[in-house]
Amino acid sequence: MRRVAITGVGAISALGRNAAEFAESLRRGRSGIGPIQSIDCSQLRFQNAAEVPEYSHQPYFEDRRADFMDRFAQFAVIAAREAVASAGVQWTAAVRENAAIVTGSCVGGQTAQDVGFQELYKLGRNRVHPLTIPRTMANAGASHISMEFGITGPSFTVSTACSSAAYAIGQAFWMVRTGATDLAIAGGSEAPFSFGILKAWEAMRVVSPDTCRPFSKDRRGMILGEGAAMFVLEPLEAALARGARIHAEIVGVGMSSDASHITQPSADGAARAMRAALRDAGLAPEQIAYINAHGTATQANDIAESAAIRTVFGPHAGKLAVSSTKSMHGHALGAAAALECLATVTALRDGILPPTANFNQPDPECDLDVIPNQAREAQVEYALSNSFAFGGLNAVLALRKG
Amino acid sequence: MSDELIQRVLKVIATSKRIPLETVMIESDFLQLGIDSMDAVEILFALENEFDISIPDDEVRSVRNVRQMCEGVERLAAAKPAAKQ
Repeated sequence: MRRVAITGVGAISALGRNAAEFAESLRRGRSGIGPIQSIDCSQLRFQNAAEVPEYSHQPYFEDRRADFMDRFAQFAVIAAREAVASAGVQWTAAVRENAAIVTGSCVGGQTAQDVGFQELYKLGRNRVHPLTIPRTMANAGASHISMEFGITGPSFTVSTACSSAAYAIGQAFWMVRTGATDLAIAGGSEAPFSFGILKAWEAMRVVSPDTCRPFSKDRRGMILGEGAAMFVLEPLEAALARGARIHAEIVGVGMSSDASHITQPSADGAARAMRAALRDAGLAPEQIAYINAHGTATQANDIAESAAIRTVFGPHAGKLAVSSTKSMHGHALGAAAALECLATVTALRDGILPPTANFNQPDPECDLDVIPNQAREAQVEYALSNSFAFGGLNAVLALRKG
Repeated sequence: MSDELIQRVLKVIATSKRIPLETVMIESDFLQLGIDSMDAVEILFALENEFDISIPDDEVRSVRNVRQMCEGVERLAAAKPAAKQ
């Protein structure tokens, strides 16, 4: 089995248009949460989210190309371009034929779907735009990345709600580790800001009216986010041989299902995913020094996740640093785990652990070192990135400093 | 609280949770009825439709039983602008 290196990173999010801006925002503890700009929120109970500010397809895509792409697919390609450029991938016919793409998306092209349905239901028209289907399909991100680089190997999309990108990255990691592919582009993208989707989230009563305060006693729920993060994965040995920069290593992935409730989190399911990741990586719990938490800032998640961490790590849980960067980039659903994997990679690479922003008050039921509000310098060898989804589908990535 | 309002709330809970109406009483608490947080969100949705009210998130945080739910509905229904009635 081969060791797997992350040789390229790319991101677009509320925290900036590239991975460096993302890292800088995390280092400063700067939150990208603010009033929603892209749609009218006067009929919503919440007004804040973590949007990519003032996004336009220009200068990224010519108008005619952008016609074919929903916002979420554009984000996927923008992040993949940066990841590929930073990895310095040399495209040959053989590389293109062998390379794989695995993307995560929860809701696909919601803007395109919403526009189409408004035409029918609200404006009373009898037809929708003929590109509504190809814009909406959840695999559009993977498809557009394949066309962007001429990649003809296996490309597909994983949809497991809020853990989609962790499943995607984990699957790509396994493909590179086993030799199924020598190069994978993996990550997640999401752009969930349509009026219909926001109304659906409002109805679930889990969205905060102000901001996202993970693990804080006064937390009031999640804040939705958008964006994409993509990674280039290669066998470590080959990457070192060609002199590539190693941002970090992926050393394991653990997956589990709660098999209990469609929305309520289970500490047991979360614990089993963390244990599975440690087992897959061949690590003892005591070797982990940082966890990028799922940390949605809902009442239920943060309590269940804290309990799960206590269960898996025992006394070592008190020595762990745990933070939720959703407090800054929001909950980007199918892209969340990709942004959080990048936050974890950045922490290992730069020796700076990102904080849990907007933190006010410790909660006895979330009794962990959550790195409140200020980033912390620390050289860490191993870290986990937790992702738990509605539907009870959990995935945890284990990473090592490069 | 009027009996009529209580009966409407009980019926909404029974219909939404798909349990016999006679099992839902003003003295019942959600735990007894097996109502979890997602069930509660569905019941709130059904109550908003039944009474043509909007129930803010902050109103529901501390609600744990049927009596509190009825009291909340009564308060919101009374505060509703009269124009629509």
